[in-house]
Amino acid sequence: MKNVIPLKKTLAAAVFSVAALSAAVGDAFAQAKEQFIGLPSYRVGAYAAGGSGLYGGWIDYMAMINERDGGVGGVKLTWEECETEYNNARGVECYERLKKKGSTGNSVFQPVSTGITYSLLDKVVADKIPMVTIGYGRTDAADGRVFPWVFPMITTYWSQATTMVKYIGAKEGGIDKLKGKKIVYLYHDSAFGKEGLTVLEKQAQKYGFSLVLLPVAHPGNEQQSQWLRIRQEKPDWVILWGWGVMNPTALKAAAKTGYPREKMVGVWWAGAEEDTVPAGDAAKGFTAAGFSVAGPNYPVIKAIQDNVYKKNKGNMEDKTRVGSVNYNRGVVHGIITVEAIRTAQAKFGKKPLSGDEMRWGFEHLDIDAKRLKDLGAEGFMPNLKITCADHEGSGLVKYQQWDGKQWKIVSDWIEPDREMVRGMIEESAAKYAKEKGITPRDCAKEG
Amino acid sequence: MQFFIEVLLGGLLSGVMYSFVALGFVLIYKASGVFNFAQGAMVFAAALSFVGFQNLGLSFPLALLAAFTTMVALGILTERVVLRPLVNQPPITLFMATIGLSYVIEGLAQGFWGANVRGLELGVDDVPVQWLMDSTGIGVSSFDLFGAGVAAVLVALLALFFQYTRIGRALRAVADDHQAALSIGIPLQTIWRIVWAVAGFVALVAGLIWGARNGVSFSLTFTALKALPVLILGGFTSIPGAIVGGLIIGSTEKLAEVYLGEYVGGGIDSWFPYMMALTFLLIRPEGLFGEKHIDRV
Repeated sequence: MKNVIPLKKTLAAAVFSVAALSAAVGDAFAQAKEQFIGLPSYRVGAYAAGGSGLYGGWIDYMAMINERDGGVGGVKLTWEECETEYNNARGVECYERLKKKGSTGNSVFQPVSTGITYSLLDKVVADKIPMVTIGYGRTDAADGRVFPWVFPMITTYWSQATTMVKYIGAKEGGIDKLKGKKIVYLYHDSAFGKEGLTVLEKQAQKYGFSLVLLPVAHPGNEQQSQWLRIRQEKPDWVILWGWGVMNPTALKAAAKTGYPREKMVGVWWAGAEEDTVPAGDAAKGFTAAGFSVAGPNYPVIKAIQDNVYKKNKGNMEDKTRVGSVNYNRGVVHGIITVEAIRTAQAKFGKKPLSGDEMRWGFEHLDIDAKRLKDLGAEGFMPNLKITCADHEGSGLVKYQQWDGKQWKIVSDWIEPDREMVRGMIEESAAKYAKEKGITPRDCAKEG
Repeated sequence: MQFFIEVLLGGLLSGVMYSFVALGFVLIYKASGVFNFAQGAMVFAAALSFVGFQNLGLSFPLALLAAFTTMVALGILTERVVLRPLVNQPPITLFMATIGLSYVIEGLAQGFWGANVRGLELGVDDVPVQWLMDSTGIGVSSFDLFGAGVAAVLVALLALFFQYTRIGRALRAVADDHQAALSIGIPLQTIWRIVWAVAGFVALVAGLIWGARNGVSFSLTFTALKALPVLILGGFTSIPGAIVGGLIIGSTEKLAEVYLGEYVGGGIDSWFPYMMALTFLLIRPEGLFGEKHIDRV
């Protein structure tokens, strides 16, 4: 009898160990079939209104992929938000906090802030984590030979600025009609605002228009003096390169000084409902650039509504914002992330991917017209083809006009001045490479 | 000359907008010696509450009343929870407490009403007055004139309140000397509650005017930045000082931006008022209308 108890204990211990081991293996297996995406978001603070829309769209798209398709290639998408409040120091802290999460670590970092992007340029190279900056960030990072880990995708600020000139030219009856015209560049007095300066000065030289520069100090909630200058200058067009409260303030001030809003073209960060609604009637007729469009009438948005919101799993508290400009931008972030995973899985297998493997996926991303149609995003965003040398991949921009209630598309996808922009990108990237002692990659040798 | 007058007028009217926010600071400092860092957050919370109540279906007057009640409740709560435990603490402690308070108010307001940016309509168009434009060529916004009118009424009401009511006189007594006021039976806590409630009302007026101009968003908290040079110039304890300081700061910053801006790269209206106020401090440290403080050595 004396031996029975130990035997029972041994058996119990063995059963417990097997069960625990099974559970652990099960957990590990489950964990192994998950792709972790770290999201540095801003849902509180000065820019919370835009942030809540963007991250809502992004998360809803990934949730839809999990609900409808069971993840990407059988690998479930998981994510965790980290609040940056659009603050550089917090952004870097979030990067550090998120980078070790998930079975393969954080496989991509998308800061949604030019400031945070600049702070992490060296870190992402050391940590082998690709950094994707859609519609913001450092423009010359589009030269993938010098910046292999950074992807300023779809359109950079420089490409956008040249499409603005093309759009204005078309409105004037042809680009040659810009000769002798006057354009005011009303910009946020920051690195973001100054990003469009050089290329617009070059465009002014090329097409013969004069450019008047009017900086607005942060946050831009008082613009009386700038608009009195505009009244004095009597420009043919005003380019509004604003951010946050600067945008509705500019629209209100334009109305106050009697400047027609139809003659104002905004950067895409001036082209959301959050920019026009506070300005009320003063915003009517204002046009802004976009790398995606507004509206819920796209199959991809319908898929989100059917697979996520009908199951009460949507991220947006205010469901009327589904299909708004910032929400749709978030969906674009989701599409690009998921398509990069899909591309990388085709090479590395249907498993959780490391940052290095994800980088390969981003660098071989090819979202053509057929793929866009399959995704339900035809007309929703432009085609995108990333290569080793070109990390921008598109450059196309569409223009939307605020009719007092919603954004209406008023142009087709407009091509940038590729020759000028690419030349500037290569020149600037080469200078950066020299400063940092980087030897540019030979793309002919890249797989 | 016509353009100069237009810039000057525009600047003066912008200055009135700064004065709205400066008034809230003055009220609290005058009565309690506390520099209320949370004034910008109170402006934001007041405007957000007003628009929030309107979105719930309340009419304009009811939303105004509800927002006013909210701000009074916030004032009373601030006195009870933040200030009362800190009675007789050094001014820097009270100042630090208001920094914390600003984060709490911002968070609570956004948490309760949401972070969405909203429009606010007061029924006054922000467009140039046509007859003035036709007759003189000078563009002055009807909304700016409305703002100036509201400021005049507000200052008159506050002046009457402080000069001719018993509570007003008690407020001034507390401002002069807490201990002396207590010794003659003035209830300090009640006075503080009243002054925070009045500051809440001023924040509501400022929030409505600024919200109608730029929309109701978190950026309303930044309006406090515009009020600081006004306070330095006008003095922290003077209501007329807040108005005159606002007019001087508003007009000089606009003239400087328009006539000097292009020579120094533009965008100088963010730092020029501070530079001016600091220069003024060297000449008259107590501000234009501030009380000269003499300590017995």
